[in-house]
Amino acid sequence: MSHSSSTVPEFSTPTGDQPGQGDENSDHRREGHVAIGDAKGGPAQDRVFAGVTLVAGAIILVVLAAVAFFLTWQASPIFGAASSEVTGGKGFLSYIWPLVVGTLIASVIALLLATPVGIGVALYISHYAPPRFAKGVGYVIDLLAAIPSVIFGAWGASVLAPKIVPFYDWLSGILGFLPIFEGPPTATGKTILTAGIVLAIMILPIITAMCREIFAQTPVLQQEAALGLGATRWEMVRMTVFPFARAGIISSVMLALGRAMGETMAVTLVLSGGPFNPSLIQSGNQTVASEIALNFPEAYGLRLNELIAAGLVLFVITLVVNLLARLVISRYKEFSGANS
Amino acid sequence: MSKRIDVEHLKVYYGDFLAVDDITMQIEPRAVTAFIGPSGCGKSTFLRTLNRMHEVIPGAYVEGKVNLDGENLYAKGVDPVRVRSQVGMVFQRPNPFPTMSIRDNVLAGVKLNSRRIARSDADELVESSLRSANLWNEVKDRLDKPGSGLSGGQQQRLCIARSIAVRPDVILMDEPCSALDPISTLAVEDLINELKAEYTVVIVTHNMQQAARVSDKTAFFNIAGTGKPGRLIEYAPTQEIFNKPQEKATEDYVSGRFG
Ligand SMILES: Nc1ncnc2c1ncn2[C@@H]1O[C@H](COP(=O)(O)OP(=O)(O)O)[C@@H](O)[C@H]1O
Ligand SMILES: [Mg+2]
Repeated sequence: MSHSSSTVPEFSTPTGDQPGQGDENSDHRREGHVAIGDAKGGPAQDRVFAGVTLVAGAIILVVLAAVAFFLTWQASPIFGAASSEVTGGKGFLSYIWPLVVGTLIASVIALLLATPVGIGVALYISHYAPPRFAKGVGYVIDLLAAIPSVIFGAWGASVLAPKIVPFYDWLSGILGFLPIFEGPPTATGKTILTAGIVLAIMILPIITAMCREIFAQTPVLQQEAALGLGATRWEMVRMTVFPFARAGIISSVMLALGRAMGETMAVTLVLSGGPFNPSLIQSGNQTVASEIALNFPEAYGLRLNELIAAGLVLFVITLVVNLLARLVISRYKEFSGANS
Repeated sequence: MSKRIDVEHLKVYYGDFLAVDDITMQIEPRAVTAFIGPSGCGKSTFLRTLNRMHEVIPGAYVEGKVNLDGENLYAKGVDPVRVRSQVGMVFQRPNPFPTMSIRDNVLAGVKLNSRRIARSDADELVESSLRSANLWNEVKDRLDKPGSGLSGGQQQRLCIARSIAVRPDVILMDEPCSALDPISTLAVEDLINELKAEYTVVIVTHNMQQAARVSDKTAFFNIAGTGKPGRLIEYAPTQEIFNKPQEKATEDYVSGRFG
């Protein structure tokens, strides 16, 4: 007599539904309740609901338009101003580009670090960890999201920054020939790379939570199809979970990118900013959000318009990033899991 | 490549729940064996133990032996992944990979375990598998379109093509026609008839006419009541099961008096 039991399930079953088998009933459930028309309450309720969703959608658009209008209106004086009046004395463009570049650098570092870790943790929780343990890990990650950003900033500035200096020394020793790791590193550790690392930790829960949800929703039928062909668990994940979740992964990363680009407090505390510096481990660089936060309280007149214009630029960048994400997602529509 | 299955005293559990009790039976190679019985009697559960798919459900395990040409699938050190590539499975609802083209669906199992396959070999395999699944003529002009764009019956035959592309010894089918219209059902039944020339085919069906049409031997399963384990009641050549069953329960079931 042999006894075989797997303590770790090869995939999780969303909402505790019985997978695969005993499907006769769940089939009816799935197919029988799709018809919207015969829901209780009839067409009148449908119309009310349709109206409510329309209004909600319209409100979002109005708010978005209002923000865009406010920013443009308040920023407009700067575009007519003489370049000598703008901070730095060389016009708005040369004022804003280092900030935009700094924002992008910090966000890209954060994404590069957080995306693989976030996807890995999410996958571990949804498909590898024993169910009870998985819950605990998920809970801890969710807690990260609840920590106020000022705490992350304080921790980054007072704990991480000093501790990471030896690592920067080592990095510049090995990869110093690359402009981005050119030495000598700062003695304080308050660099754009440190800020990016702190940002990565902050956006990790966004990526993990979203990916975890989506991974767990991969149809059991598809996962069993892969396993039934002789796929290992990892192959099953690559064949079914990732393709199914692709759009969701992109969305989560874009959401995280938005958060990273807009994050202010943590960067303000961690980064001792300055002009653009290609080396990530020297001081210098600044982000748009942090620049606004640092200078807004004392700003008046044209300086105020200038900062709002910087805000407008950030707003546009986030919009563009989101549009790009939509484009990427829609390109895969035909082959997406949606029409299975 | 068609192998005999020898099941010895197999008990199948979901956690504490004994779903199928003490099955002993031999399944012949190059033949179609049908499992029939009322809903919930453990046909699917038992079928899924034959390629170790049962244990992918959390808490599920088995006791006993399943021998494939004498080799116990549940012996220590046997890799369930290898078992599943030897014993293919077709599911109740067609489940082609929605993100893959028809061609890639057929090749999905072949490309596993980082196996590489030359383009010309792949083309040949795609064609021969789709021909064996009676699907080639319908899809040969759109091999690069997604498999999910096919009709239900075509999808199910694509899933069968995908299974046979791996050259398994056994093909298990769990109510493969239950989601299909009558015409598609006929197409799949014809296919099952052809498959037995090369494979050991085991099919679960709740449709007794189907069992009578396609199978050589039939196993009747039953449960004493909800919460009780399913048991193998009678196992005999299909003609006997339907014409002169030995057991009263079998006779009641096949004559439509219950279930
Ligand atoms: N994933 C599962 N977890 C727990 N019990 C299950 C699961 N799947 C099926 N069962 C139970 O096992 C028994 C046999 O089910 P099943 O094999 O699906 O029957 P059949 O295929 O003959 O209709 C039923 O009592 C069913 O409720
Ligand atoms: Mg069943």
